[in-house]
Amino acid sequence: MQMTGAEIFVRALADLGVDIVFGYPGGAVLNIYDALFKNTKVRHLLCRHEQGAVHMADGYARASGKTGVCLVTSGPGATNTVTGLATAYMDSIPVVVFTGQVPTLLIGNDAFQEADIVGISRPCTKHNYLVKETKDLARIVREAFYIASTGRPGPVLVDMPKDVLTTPAEYDLPKEVSLRGYHPNYEGHPRQVESAVRMLLTAERPVVYAGGGVILSNASPELAELARQLSLPVTTTLMGMGAFPGSDPLCLGMLGMHGTYTANMAISHADVILAVGARFDDRVTGKIDEFAPHARIIHVDIDPTSIQKNVPVDIPIVGDLKDVLRKMIRLVKGKKEAAAFREKTSAWRGQTAAWAKTHPLTYKQGKGKIKPQYVVEQIYRITKGNAIITTEVGQNQMWAAQFYTYDRPRTFLSSGGLGTMGYGLPAAIGAQVAMPERLVIDIAGDGSIQMNIQEMATAVQYRIPVKVVILNNGALGMVRQWQELFFQGKYSQTCLPQIPDFVRLAEAYGAKGFRATRHAEVPDVLRKGFAAEGPVLIDVVVDPGEMVYPMVPAGAPLTKMLLV
Amino acid sequence: MRHTIAVLVENEFGVLSRVAGLFSGRGFNIESLCVAETTDPKVSRMTIVTSGNDQIIEQILKQLNKLVPVLKVIDFTGTETVDRELVLVKVNADNGNKAEVLRLVDIFRAKIVDVAPRCYTIEMTGGEGKVSAFLQMLRPIGIKEVVRTGKIAISRGA
Repeated sequence: MQMTGAEIFVRALADLGVDIVFGYPGGAVLNIYDALFKNTKVRHLLCRHEQGAVHMADGYARASGKTGVCLVTSGPGATNTVTGLATAYMDSIPVVVFTGQVPTLLIGNDAFQEADIVGISRPCTKHNYLVKETKDLARIVREAFYIASTGRPGPVLVDMPKDVLTTPAEYDLPKEVSLRGYHPNYEGHPRQVESAVRMLLTAERPVVYAGGGVILSNASPELAELARQLSLPVTTTLMGMGAFPGSDPLCLGMLGMHGTYTANMAISHADVILAVGARFDDRVTGKIDEFAPHARIIHVDIDPTSIQKNVPVDIPIVGDLKDVLRKMIRLVKGKKEAAAFREKTSAWRGQTAAWAKTHPLTYKQGKGKIKPQYVVEQIYRITKGNAIITTEVGQNQMWAAQFYTYDRPRTFLSSGGLGTMGYGLPAAIGAQVAMPERLVIDIAGDGSIQMNIQEMATAVQYRIPVKVVILNNGALGMVRQWQELFFQGKYSQTCLPQIPDFVRLAEAYGAKGFRATRHAEVPDVLRKGFAAEGPVLIDVVVDPGEMVYPMVPAGAPLTKMLLV
Repeated sequence: MRHTIAVLVENEFGVLSRVAGLFSGRGFNIESLCVAETTDPKVSRMTIVTSGNDQIIEQILKQLNKLVPVLKVIDFTGTETVDRELVLVKVNADNGNKAEVLRLVDIFRAKIVDVAPRCYTIEMTGGEGKVSAFLQMLRPIGIKEVVRTGKIAISRGA
């Protein structure tokens, strides 16, 4: 049957099981919106800014493991998605962004609302397409979802000229995808895995360094099993929060710039590091030449380019973590070598426990101003750790990582790689759409929240009951922290004296607003806010002088931590 | 160290900018780049000359392989290859040096492809050493313009 490109597009989405699209209409995609109007399977959520739409698709993907979908128009609609694409790209999140484009004949003519989005987005997508003919559209849609969600996941952009959407063609959605240049390797090489286990078992001071890849490959149960079989201490990256239960005695907490003393000391003294789904990012390693000086490194990752990129690796294993960890478990489970290993490494675990005891994450909540860490701790207590937390970027993000314990994957959603301010609110909306029964909380700062505050309107329109807790310190806190520590306290452009009244702002959007200004009222205000129906903004006025500790100054080795 | 890398790619819209963008975006060098269709019109072959230490070259090869339209990546380093470059050179040719130019053309098995009143255009192919030697010999005579294709390479044997 002949259908227009727009009808083919919507039909393909429905056939691929897409239940929701986050988008914003415009001239170049009018035909798609017309087709969506008639379709009942694919829901569309109207955002208030295209950046918000991509972050929503991203939050949806992180919370559910499914691919997030976003639809925008040409030109400014398309360019507004770039930050969202780069965010998803850095954190390997499966998102497909569909953009309208001017008619094929006008491409290159500087037509109205024309932008070369394929060119612009090339370095921040896993792959992208310009659809040239309607007959290719269904196949390309299929391929886009396949590429986004397989191997190391990532965003894919599909640019669709208007004439491609209006021209009729046969609907032909291929069952299989065949791309001769794209074959992700899922199976870890068995002999490499054997060597890795052998090396691991020689360790006296082993550490597992787990990143976001564990969550992406749904390998948390395997990681937990391997760690328990061998009593391996585990540290996670920011992206790996929840990949291993934070409350497990083997968990050392986060490592890196604002990691725990224990994790940074452990990785620096380790003799064997098992890196799983992590990429030795500069915020993790500190001064790279002095990173883990005594360690031999086993690195498991599905993306070969992650291996040997920043640090030399002794045993590289390319493959899906789930597969590799299962193979490793099989080699150690119930073996007497495993028992002997647990025995000989118990002193090491004693050492990590001692570090944790002498240098826990800490702060002092006196009678005065509210400490932001206290707020995060209270959120943890009130939600019993059952919420999905999203964050903005900066101090709020670090405190959310440090003072809330994540026991399950897909409960901490944060822009780790790109560090995108304004991520948290739209990501929370996307996560809430994916998980309607869960409590979703955006832990925000007064700076970041203003970057995508317009999405409150989206939350109100669709009655998406996200809760935003603003740790309001009247400043761009993290940048100011650096100015305090490294620029002699010259607060250049980091004070925000003109902050809107967030309670009234929430009300103006049709949401509910709450405020806490004294520490004694924090638990009550949070409880009330979380219990209130619909979207809620809770403004917590916190101590502006508070800083994030421990801190490894940029370029210093991990052992040179500034402590409280 | 210099490496010559052959990259087989889908012959499609935008593939050159994907490869070139990869090099510029990640700070890798391109010394020369040559692209043309293969016997299969759906596949193009690029020959890229680049340089870097082992770690950088490993990244370049892996990153190239990661691009969806890249079908195959071959690093010729350490293998027996034939490599050639084509150069077109315009040199001054007046009565005083015509004979010298002709002799060099003969020695280097080059060809004169265009003749103007005071100028010869010469076509020459060869490996890296031969090309640079030829240009060095012509320099004192007066090179007006040079166009080089960049290197192409193929492995020796079947």
